[in-house]
Amino acid sequence: MSIAETAPTTTTRPAWLALDKIGVLIALVSAAGAALPFALFRANRIVLGEPKSLLAALPAPETTILVAVLLLGFAAALLRFSARIKLTIGFLVLAVLFIFMGWSASYLTPDGDTFARVSPGAGFWILAFAFALLVADALTRLKFGPWQRIAILFAVAAALALLLWSGSWNDLSILKEYSTRAAAFWNEARTHLALAFGSVAIAIVVGVPLGILCYRVKAVRAVVLNTLNIVQTIPSIALFGLLIAPLAWIAANVAGASAIGISGIGTAPALVALFAYSLLPVVSNTVVGLQSVSPAAIDAAKGMGMTGRQRLFGVELPLAFPVILTGIRIVLVQNIGLATIAALIGGGGFGVFVFQGIGQTAMDLVLLGAVPTVALAFAAAVVLDALVEMTSRGGNAP
Amino acid sequence: MIEIDGITKIYGETPVVDNVTLTVDPGTICVVVGTSGSGKTTLMRMINRLVEPTSGTIRIDGEDTRNVPAYELRRRIGYAIQGHGLFPHRSVGQNIATVPKLLGWDKPRIANRVDELMDLFQLDPAQFRDRLPNELSGGQQQRVGVARALAAEPNILLMDEPYGALDPVIRAKAQEDLLAIQRRFKTTIVLVTHDMEEAIHLGSKIAVMDKGKLLQYDVPQQIIARPATPFVAELIGTSERPFRLLSLGRVADHIEPGEATGTPLDAGVSLRDAYAELLWSGRPALPVTRDGAVVGQVTLAQLSRLAARPQ
Repeated sequence: MSIAETAPTTTTRPAWLALDKIGVLIALVSAAGAALPFALFRANRIVLGEPKSLLAALPAPETTILVAVLLLGFAAALLRFSARIKLTIGFLVLAVLFIFMGWSASYLTPDGDTFARVSPGAGFWILAFAFALLVADALTRLKFGPWQRIAILFAVAAALALLLWSGSWNDLSILKEYSTRAAAFWNEARTHLALAFGSVAIAIVVGVPLGILCYRVKAVRAVVLNTLNIVQTIPSIALFGLLIAPLAWIAANVAGASAIGISGIGTAPALVALFAYSLLPVVSNTVVGLQSVSPAAIDAAKGMGMTGRQRLFGVELPLAFPVILTGIRIVLVQNIGLATIAALIGGGGFGVFVFQGIGQTAMDLVLLGAVPTVALAFAAAVVLDALVEMTSRGGNAP
Repeated sequence: MIEIDGITKIYGETPVVDNVTLTVDPGTICVVVGTSGSGKTTLMRMINRLVEPTSGTIRIDGEDTRNVPAYELRRRIGYAIQGHGLFPHRSVGQNIATVPKLLGWDKPRIANRVDELMDLFQLDPAQFRDRLPNELSGGQQQRVGVARALAAEPNILLMDEPYGALDPVIRAKAQEDLLAIQRRFKTTIVLVTHDMEEAIHLGSKIAVMDKGKLLQYDVPQQIIARPATPFVAELIGTSERPFRLLSLGRVADHIEPGEATGTPLDAGVSLRDAYAELLWSGRPALPVTRDGAVVGQVTLAQLSRLAARPQ
């Protein structure tokens, strides 16, 4: 039989009927997730949970739909469908998973029982992770522009907000924890955002001029960068602790210091510590960004008669901006996470729920602090990555 | 006119430019040639005070350059460098508008000047004005670099190895463009290069530098015919001398009466190209045409005499 005769049989097979390499991994993970308990039922918030498998967590009709959708997702991951199909199915599976999780909680909670807690099981988390991976992989392959990525982020955020607002998750344990602490939650959210964004804002105001100084004056550079390097190596909890004494002294001895909120414990030392951690990435990225500006462009700027200030604001800073913004992205994401530790010294923020939860061995309460923190950090990363890309005009990308 | 008078630049202990005196006449091209480390770039950069001289003075049209602030001086002098130095975040139009903007020209005047220069350098304004430099080819970027240097109509243009990064074909085109523009605007040009061929082709006068010293400053014919030192002779290349001498002349100036056969040469062609054509065709003479009409012939014997060392 010649090659020409065998050729048609290979071409009749559709392109999607082949294994996708990353898809195999996603399919394996999702298979494991489907085998693990979908939900955990507990008689009250601190006793050990009773695992409920995928088949026992929902009434039969819903179970059938869920299993069918999961099989669809499994196939979409495993085979070589186009990225658009994978993305659509990935989002569909995630939507069904999240909606059905809420229903499962309502189904498993006995009527009128206010002590019972239903929380997502390991199976739910692993399934959510697997299909989030499918979505992320498809998004990478589709190479969306920065605006499109921000739009997708907002669409996902809006869908989650709608889910929470609709009340279909109200029987889940995290939201039961939330409902008893709604006022405190939003209060701590404000503190958390103020700590994270405030410390980064101060770091930008101080760090960028300091970076410019380091770039212009070589003697300053080594001193500043080495000092900041040392600060960066201090463990975060130690730094929070170390600041208690000097700030308490300032509060007691400097007139008006305590009036503007400076004290040994509380928000002020938390803000100072987060600021100290932010300074190195901002300063060093400013220096690196300015150093990476093409020497020919700087020479041309000088040779055409730009003054030092015109060169800085017209050529050097605009060209260094994407690199500086990358530094800001690093510290913002870092500080959103790090701000949880502020709760240890009475600084407030989502960390309050994390540490309360650990103290009470109530994992749902830990999640109430951890999940919004992760979501915020993720959103900040997506938005700033998009901004970095938008500002990298003319091929001067970091 | 640029008068460089006893200029010296010392870095640490070593003089990079050592007591150089030369005058560039208005409307001429002075090419400074030397190997790397000869001080040629430093000499050029002292004209617009990117480097401050250790001693000596530089006068432009009789005025000491130290009498005006450096940035004002530089805005009056065009500056084009190797690798063009375009601002990657600014469009072609914005790049060209740099100096007019620094000088505070009004918007319509800047826009007109940008379009005028882009036309002059064969870049369609509508197509290229809003592009970023990295969307252009190397030759186009180089043209934008020179256009930007000429934007504020300077009397003087400084060029540091402007064609160093271009391939030979584009380089030849860029050199012809520069000569055409120089003839049109009568700009005084100081151009730094390590390429003697480029120096002979472009220079009204050539300044040869080595180890900070000015070895010879003369018209190309004299540099080729009577190199002042063995180093100058080496830079010209002994085996290249006759051809370089020929490259300075045009067929138009050496037409003889008579009718030769073969593919005619245009009167505007350089003697070197004519010589090559004669050798390649294997004929002792070729007809010469001007505006398409045959006006005489050019002979191998005549060119051989012209290629010989001038007495």
